[in-house]
Amino acid sequence: MTNAISSFGAVGRPVSIHTDDAAKVRLKGRYRTETWFKWLGAAAVALAGLFLVLLLSTIVTQAIPALRQNYLTLPIDLSAAKVDPAKLDAANYDAIAQEALTAKFPDVTSRQDKRLLRGLISTGTGVFLRKDIAADPGMLGGTVDYAVPLDDFADLYLKGLLADVGSDEAISTSVTPSETSGDIDLTFGDDAMLTLARGHGATEGENGMLTLTSGASSLLVAFNGGTVKLTALSPGASGTAVAKGTVIEALDSTAPAASGQAFLRVIDTPEASRKISDKMIVWLDTLKSAGLIESRFNSIFFFTGASREPELAGVWGAVVGSFLTMIVTLAIAFPIGVSAAIYLEEFAPKNRLTTIIEVNINNLAAVPSIVFGLLGLAVFLNFFGMPRSAPVVGGMVLALMTLPIIIIASRASLRAVPPSIREAALGIGASKVQTVFHHVLPLAMPGIMTGTILGMAHALGETAPLLMIGMVAFIVDIPGGFTDPATILPVQIFMWADFPEAGFQQKTSAAILILLVFLVIMNAIAVILRRRFERRW
Amino acid sequence: MKKFLLTASAAALALAASAGYAAARDQIQIVGSSTVFPFTTAVAEKLGQSGKIKTPVVESTGTGGGMKLFCQGVGENTADFTNASRAIKDSELKTCKANGVTPVEIKVGFDGIVLANSKAGTVVDLTKEQVFKALAKNVAVDGKVVPNPYKNWSDVDASLPATKIEVLGPPPTSGTRDAFVELVMDAACQEEVKAANEKGCGEIREDGAFVEAGENDNLIVQKLEANPNAFGVFGFSFLDQNADKLQGHKIDGVEPTFENIASGDYGVSRSLYVYAKKEHVGVIPGMQEFIAEYTSEAAWGPDGYLADKGLIPLPDAERAKWAENAKALKGMGS
Repeated sequence: MTNAISSFGAVGRPVSIHTDDAAKVRLKGRYRTETWFKWLGAAAVALAGLFLVLLLSTIVTQAIPALRQNYLTLPIDLSAAKVDPAKLDAANYDAIAQEALTAKFPDVTSRQDKRLLRGLISTGTGVFLRKDIAADPGMLGGTVDYAVPLDDFADLYLKGLLADVGSDEAISTSVTPSETSGDIDLTFGDDAMLTLARGHGATEGENGMLTLTSGASSLLVAFNGGTVKLTALSPGASGTAVAKGTVIEALDSTAPAASGQAFLRVIDTPEASRKISDKMIVWLDTLKSAGLIESRFNSIFFFTGASREPELAGVWGAVVGSFLTMIVTLAIAFPIGVSAAIYLEEFAPKNRLTTIIEVNINNLAAVPSIVFGLLGLAVFLNFFGMPRSAPVVGGMVLALMTLPIIIIASRASLRAVPPSIREAALGIGASKVQTVFHHVLPLAMPGIMTGTILGMAHALGETAPLLMIGMVAFIVDIPGGFTDPATILPVQIFMWADFPEAGFQQKTSAAILILLVFLVIMNAIAVILRRRFERRW
Repeated sequence: MKKFLLTASAAALALAASAGYAAARDQIQIVGSSTVFPFTTAVAEKLGQSGKIKTPVVESTGTGGGMKLFCQGVGENTADFTNASRAIKDSELKTCKANGVTPVEIKVGFDGIVLANSKAGTVVDLTKEQVFKALAKNVAVDGKVVPNPYKNWSDVDASLPATKIEVLGPPPTSGTRDAFVELVMDAACQEEVKAANEKGCGEIREDGAFVEAGENDNLIVQKLEANPNAFGVFGFSFLDQNADKLQGHKIDGVEPTFENIASGDYGVSRSLYVYAKKEHVGVIPGMQEFIAEYTSEAAWGPDGYLADKGLIPLPDAERAKWAENAKALKGMGS
């Protein structure tokens, strides 16, 4: 071997296989491989990070609208004539709230329109009102301003998630109405409106007649304090245009509106394709401009149980259910798991039997979770006759699932305690049990705790095993005990994702966020425990 | 630490023991069809809000699974009601009877099965025969029964677009699938296919043109949105709730609308049922209240809240008849 450090191909010296030209090529190749690997690794991490950001940002942006809910403040008549203070349950609170709303729109008279109008406020209004009156009887006796939650479609519209809100644009010509209400004729000063209607899906008929069906965009003309929806247009005399329209909100007068005084609003999504009608949009906008609608923090979502109405649905029932289930899981899996680990690690003889047990515990940790659900159905429900949909059964099934995880983690951390600790304790005369419980177990505890918390976090996110034992169910009441029917957070997410109403999409994302927050908290606790209490030898 | 472990295990044991002695059930349990699920849950919630009884628990197990749980027997550990997107089968009724269960049948309304695609896709006007030819496993070509050779819709009929046949639909376990097979495939079955194999009419092709999309109808809606060329088969309520994204297609010249299904003009509609367990009336609190709420005009009437959820109401006379039956708790086969 020559001196490889200073003899990089120097003249006159023998060339070593480490420094010759071939070696340089090889070296270059090795460096290249290393660079490649580094870049590939970085790319993999970046890709994973990108997906994580993509996932989180989709969920967060979808979830944000669910955190707020629009409320409508109505003057509600709670005089003795409507609500008898002695018989609170006899009153029809929904009807009282609906009356207060219809009183805001005296022009709305037809039965169908009244039904549409009533549909603006949530069907849960009466329930809220009754609850609040029961809590504060001082509300009774007069008219109070009370905020009622809006229906899901109205709420989604105001959040801009249902249809293009459209903007008001001034009409640069005069508009003359024939009447102030009902089906009326409108005369426009020029025929620009015809071109516009053609551009928005109007159907061409005879004599240049343009019909705006429910499949075309909606054209709303606002002037003289009212709103008219155009239904048909035709060319009028001397370059004017005549439109037929339905008054949604009554006009003040039949006086012509001068150029720039009338406003046109185009809602591109055809009425037939959205779940909110033009009338409801106009009413909502009127209420909004009157300052009666406000967006509040959505306390309903956080503090109520499930519901079929998106605006009334909350996660609290599922959170409580998850909590109860996790308590049962912890109470069963932790003591049994740790005891089993201690016995296997410290006391059990090392023979073929314990090896088989060990292998099987490892296998059990890899069993798909649905299998535990089937086991729960067969054993707990069918054999022991335990109640369906109950957290106690869910907890037991999840405990079976977490047990192997806890045992494996506990054994690993017991094994990590150096033998010198045991030898020292035994050396000064401690018994085997004293050695384990006074010295080994306390030192292994941080590791055991970490393993347990990670196992619990795993269990918290499980849906499949609970499918079999009836916890995937529609449950409205907040569970009050271990045997009450309950559902859990991931199941709630699964069910909301399956509901057809559009309002549940945001709720689903918001519930996912809540579940993620719980998981992050649990994992953070595990990390903290490990950092603070772990001892290294 | 020792004490903690001991107390914890004692608590766990006590907990496990107490579960065995659960108190008498005071809450209705309902199982069954995922199609009826949205309607039954709405009724359950309304009843719970009224404060008369605890809100019933509703599980979505599918019609067949529900029947199994329902007919298991009488007692607190069995379901009180089951939802069904088809009438109870004779075999199921027999099991029920054998286990001492007397079901009370309540027909609650109709549901249309629609063929729909994304608004971005083309509108087609199909006949049941065309749907059969596009989706059957075996079809007759020139009088011979052969495995379905059609690749594009235009192969089925020249009037249809030249796009690939791609239909997302429910799996065989679904009640929607049963009804689809019965109302479309069996109804429009070709003579030759029927002659070759008695059950051949109901067989749907498995070469990729028909994709089983699981019980989750929402998933089908999302997939259709992503692929304008694909069609989906699902219940009318999903079309109704997603009217901004999807369009339903005419079958035999009739459009799938609320009015057409209610009047019976739309050919592919089925009846939805709820079965009550007669033996549980008076044992589990709220059974009669639940039946009364479901059959009230405010719920299943033409202006009721179930209509808002997409249930298509029965004609007036039929509603009166079924409400009468339910009120009298007229058991089946008794």
